[in-house]
Amino acid sequence: MIALEKRAQPSRVWAWATPLLAVILTLVAGGLMFAVLGKDPVAALRTIFYDPLFDAQFASYSRPQLLVKAAPLILIATGLALGFRAGIWNIGAEGQYIIGALCGAGAGLALYPSDSPLIFPMMVLAGALGGWLWAMIPAILKTRFHTNEILVSLLLVYVAENLLASMAVGTLRNPDGGGFPGSRNLSQWPAAANPELIPGTGAHWGVVAAIIAVIFAYILLQKHLLGFHIRLAGQSPRAARFAGVVPERLVIFCLGLSGALAGLAGIFEATGPAGQISIDFNVGYGFTAIIVAFLGRLHPIGIVLAGLLMALTYIGGELASFMLGIPIAAIQAFQGMLLFFLLAVDVLTNYRIRLGRREVRA
Amino acid sequence: MDLSAISPELMVASLMVASTPLLLAALGELVVEKAGVLNLGVEGMMITGAICGFAIAVESGSPVLGFGAAALGGAALSMVFGALVLGLLSNQVATGLALTLFGLGLSSLVGQSYVGIKPPSTPRLDLGPLSDLPFFGRAFFSHDWMVYASLALTVAVWWVLNRTRTGLTLRAIGENHDAAHALGLKVLGYRLAAIAFGGAMAGLGGAYLSLVRVPQWTEGMTAGAGWIALAIVVFASWRAGRILIGAYLFGGLTVLQLNLQAAGVALPVEYLSMSPYLVTILVLVVMSRRKGRSTAAPASLGKPFHAQA
Repeated sequence: MIALEKRAQPSRVWAWATPLLAVILTLVAGGLMFAVLGKDPVAALRTIFYDPLFDAQFASYSRPQLLVKAAPLILIATGLALGFRAGIWNIGAEGQYIIGALCGAGAGLALYPSDSPLIFPMMVLAGALGGWLWAMIPAILKTRFHTNEILVSLLLVYVAENLLASMAVGTLRNPDGGGFPGSRNLSQWPAAANPELIPGTGAHWGVVAAIIAVIFAYILLQKHLLGFHIRLAGQSPRAARFAGVVPERLVIFCLGLSGALAGLAGIFEATGPAGQISIDFNVGYGFTAIIVAFLGRLHPIGIVLAGLLMALTYIGGELASFMLGIPIAAIQAFQGMLLFFLLAVDVLTNYRIRLGRREVRA
Repeated sequence: MDLSAISPELMVASLMVASTPLLLAALGELVVEKAGVLNLGVEGMMITGAICGFAIAVESGSPVLGFGAAALGGAALSMVFGALVLGLLSNQVATGLALTLFGLGLSSLVGQSYVGIKPPSTPRLDLGPLSDLPFFGRAFFSHDWMVYASLALTVAVWWVLNRTRTGLTLRAIGENHDAAHALGLKVLGYRLAAIAFGGAMAGLGGAYLSLVRVPQWTEGMTAGAGWIALAIVVFASWRAGRILIGAYLFGGLTVLQLNLQAAGVALPVEYLSMSPYLVTILVLVVMSRRKGRSTAAPASLGKPFHAQA
């Protein structure tokens, strides 16, 4: 008989070891999945995790992509993790990401073709504001009417996607684009472009923002009273109320911050790597960031590592699809599996496993 | 705009078809939540059911086998959730999300070779003279058997939950799992069974989408139906009868919206397409506002259960 015994304190060793264990288990299970798909598992895993970084032929293209793809993931996940710690579940980051990009791009395009140096900063602000506003909908509904923020934020993703479709073929459509859907190319308009700052690294302004967000979140969580309140509210809502935490304020803060960060990620993507607002410029970073947040154990430093790893699965997945014909969907399933294993092995952090017969106590 | 093009009997008929997947998934989730477990993976189980049902129906040529496979697929995926949440005491919200993310990936992986194929058609149930009635025959009595099965399942779920010992036990576990455990009730066993039932129902709902409603396989075809089903459970205040009302209300909304699109209303298509989600949010607000803090939700909903030896 196997029994679980609750630890008095979560194990620090396991807290660090479980993400690694989950990654290893996912690699094994993923290898099995590739084998079932009729691909050589070793070659597949090598193509996904090794070649993008070290292969002579691909690394020069892939390495910069790592930061390009990790930046939005880290930016969004940092915000989400704060909320998750407090038990506030914003799972609509994808919607906030879209609305941020729409607001930012709209603000910029309203002034096209100005070449003022203020255009880009203004677009970034508008992007953050857009994401913040979109996240305020579930936040205010939660604080005023006790509406479940999980369902509202998620349903708003579908609303945002429809808005995006409407904007891409309507209001924001490129007037010189010959009727094709999609906005003007923002990355080719110098005043609005979000270029590579250091050649060959892939680092654009989104990377800078992600670094700032991580440092900010780290200080907030470790050194600031608000960070303590966030952790307390998640661990014991009752104790938090005695400590003077106002739950409503936490909801507004956590949802607002994660929305603003997701909006930032959106506008950096639209002005940089994506280059324009198109119907499908969003590639699901808002959802993958949920996995990143958990894989990073809701800790800012962990999120950086997790974000880089998930970015690698995106890049390696594209490479594997190109080289080995492994469908992109397999990578999605792979990412989902990672979250499963992570949640499964997390039991080791909080519980001890006891083998042997359960004793009957009088 | 030409509203006269909308035929009332066809609208009622398509309303029933549009509501059935929501009804099935929401009934399943109702039972799960009544047992005190919050499974946010409905969307993932639905889409898995959609592709399992589609694939098996295409391969075997039998929609009945397809629906069976969908129920099995949904239940199998829900068992992953059950093992994690009940066995390894993982966070229910996070695990449910993982189920959705994994289900979406897995389904598009399996579904790659099924894009653009037509599934075998699910036969209409012949109700004899009833189907020949004017208006009513076309609107209510000329559907496929799954529509009637979903209605029968609504009655069955209501009856089991409210009129049987099993239902009483299930509700007791959902209200207070520690007290139920102290009484010697098998908390984990009941919960696991409820989760499996929820998975099977979500799978059936998904298969109804891919085999009857659309009928085709496309990636991400559930498009939030699983989340709407979760909202319907809240809307229904955790009562089986109101689940039926909720599902038909939302189904009706979808049909109305599609009919307005077809009739060429002056609103852009995208704004009509987002209306079901907006109305769902609105309904959630109204429901949670009216009850304030004392909700009809099972008291142990979403809380982990660890039996102390």
